[in-house]
Amino acid sequence: MSPSADLSETIRARLFAFPERHLNSVADLDPPDVTALLDLADAFVELNRQASKKLDLLKGRTLVNLFFENSTRTQSSFELAGKRLGADVVNMSPRTSSVAKGETLVDTAVTLNSMKPDLLVVRHGASGAAALLAQKVGCSVVNAGDGWHEHPTQALLDLLSMRRALGSVSGLTVAICGDVLHSRVARSNVGLLNLMGARVRLVGPPTLMPADADRWGAEVFHDMRDGISGVDVVMMLRLQLERMDGALVPSTREYFRFYGLDAEKLACARPGAKVMHPGPMNRGVEIDSGVADDLSVSLIQDQVEMGVAVRMAVLASLAARLGNER
Amino acid sequence: MASPPVAFVNARVIDPDSGYDGPGCVVVAEGVIADVQRTPHLDAGSSEMRVVDCDGAVLAPGLIDARVKSGEPGAEQRETLKSVSRAAAAGGVTSIVLQPDTDPTVDEPAVVDFILRRARDLELVNVHVAGAATRGLEGQRMAEIGLMDEAGAIYFTDADRPIVNSKVMQRVLSYAGAFNALVAHRPADPWLSEGAAATGGELAARLGLPAVPAVAERIMLERDMALVEQTGARFLVDQISTADALESLRRAKDKGLEVSASCSINHLSFNEIDIGDYRTFYRLDPPLRPERDRQALAEAVAEGLIDIIVSAHTPLPAEDKRRPFSEALPGAVGLETLLPALLNLHHDGGYDLVDLLRAVTIAPAQLLGLPGGRIARGAPADLVLVDINAPIVVDLERLHSKSKNSPFEGRRLQGQVLLTMVDGRIVHQRAR
Repeated sequence: MSPSADLSETIRARLFAFPERHLNSVADLDPPDVTALLDLADAFVELNRQASKKLDLLKGRTLVNLFFENSTRTQSSFELAGKRLGADVVNMSPRTSSVAKGETLVDTAVTLNSMKPDLLVVRHGASGAAALLAQKVGCSVVNAGDGWHEHPTQALLDLLSMRRALGSVSGLTVAICGDVLHSRVARSNVGLLNLMGARVRLVGPPTLMPADADRWGAEVFHDMRDGISGVDVVMMLRLQLERMDGALVPSTREYFRFYGLDAEKLACARPGAKVMHPGPMNRGVEIDSGVADDLSVSLIQDQVEMGVAVRMAVLASLAARLGNER
Repeated sequence: MASPPVAFVNARVIDPDSGYDGPGCVVVAEGVIADVQRTPHLDAGSSEMRVVDCDGAVLAPGLIDARVKSGEPGAEQRETLKSVSRAAAAGGVTSIVLQPDTDPTVDEPAVVDFILRRARDLELVNVHVAGAATRGLEGQRMAEIGLMDEAGAIYFTDADRPIVNSKVMQRVLSYAGAFNALVAHRPADPWLSEGAAATGGELAARLGLPAVPAVAERIMLERDMALVEQTGARFLVDQISTADALESLRRAKDKGLEVSASCSINHLSFNEIDIGDYRTFYRLDPPLRPERDRQALAEAVAEGLIDIIVSAHTPLPAEDKRRPFSEALPGAVGLETLLPALLNLHHDGGYDLVDLLRAVTIAPAQLLGLPGGRIARGAPADLVLVDINAPIVVDLERLHSKSKNSPFEGRRLQGQVLLTMVDGRIVHQRAR
């Protein structure tokens, strides 16, 4: 059984060549590109809900998932996206292989390049690592998270989730709450939401807020009730537990008291406001289970579904740009 | 609650908030100041009023002492909440702020709550609590500043222990900003002051005492001012003691930073010469400084550069003090001598009484967000009636503190507290 002819047609009609060779940062995107990507992703959502999810847009292409940091969710999302589009997918976790033997990032890149991949998905703990790799390899590089810098496909999937739940994103007010300082998700979302005409607020204790975050085109709040007052979307960020033992936050209980999202604080947001979280969640620390699991407000499960579709759209359009040049 | 209104008549009312110093009457009803009249005799009294003829004595807002140590919990042999409250009442001090260096440390909300409840049940003076800035006062990890703030802690400090790690200090200042909380810090470079028992100079050298150079204070103060400038925190310099550091403080204030400073009554009353006989009651931290520093501090109080005066009440029993000078623990009791010692600066030093009283009434009230510290309609009836001319001799046996380590021992001062009132309740009264 193959996908319905109509859907295949829709997907082919919406397919476009990505404007850049790499997706490193949301700053590489223009509003029309973003809209085209989301429209394409919408079609992939339909595809993914069918029994037969397989297309051949990436047939013959090789996708390498190069994850220097552990990530179950993002890695499997890219893997599924590649496989559903017909690519050959290889997962590499250099943390446990050559890096342990002392190989540098550039050495790894050169080695990989000799294997002639078409698409390289990279996650690395250091900001700028994806950009460095992009300079050294011949294929398209997708940044799947580099240090505290960016995670552009996360911002795109968040945007798709919002658009599907609330219609247009333009004019919405989105509060991004928690550990903004260490968050690549926050940086990508601020950039993309601003690009698409949403108003952004950043909410968190001053110790988790970058200096001059107010110059990012976002309003900064240290009081959560003030910060989410009247917003359309509350986007929670994950807080690493080791940062909560007095170094940046006194304790988990104090964090939950002032910055954890529970029903009482959520009541400050606009009625009908949606809750998002990039996962994995620390329940009872940054988010109360009652809120996270309330399907009338939580988009958290949708976000995972949108993740696969958005990554299919990114991979397909990057491959469309590659053409047959290789 | 049902007690009849009290009218203080024929008083010399001093209210540093309004700057008034002159004849007046004050009527107290239901715990608050119901009326203030700037005439010696009451215009329209009611027959149910209890009238107190002040006979020209000074009626001032009760004193607010922002730096007091008790021994409870953990060192009840030094001082209890009851004995410290009694000492405060006897000294005309109606609000005290306890330091967090107890056992257990006041570094989480349950301990704040415990102390506030215990103190409230005593129904003596207003007891407030300063929370620890870092857990266990260890200077490593932030304490639960937000939760303690909610529980009623009114500022945050590691008391006598400097927060050495600049990154920890920066984070404490930054984090406290989210709660608009005040952070207090002792300016003392830890390495320069390690083991010191006296201030550096010719006298300490002659006495053979380990000494800390005065710059140790300025070095840490300059660091703190830089971090305050960067974080925008509300900051209290805890017990400034050198003329050198006053200049740093002035620059910070001129820049518009939200910085205040305290100074202990001991450093306004004594100088390094007083340690000459190795009398351990003069072993203090920071150590007593040369006379020129003492004079600079007094001038700084008069001009308002130093905002508040504290007793730095530190009860220590004989076993902690009856030791060689450098081995004795530093600190002095001060609640019961704070007011007479202040008055001494007026009588002997010529400083303006209203300026001096401002630093122990309205200035700390505003800094700490407390409702008292003023004589005005609607303010809490926290008052002290004092005969500012009555001669007294400081007699250790008559102190209410459990510990008797007063450097004022045997000193002749002027200023007898006649009556102390808290929330309309008379908590101390001396038969005339």
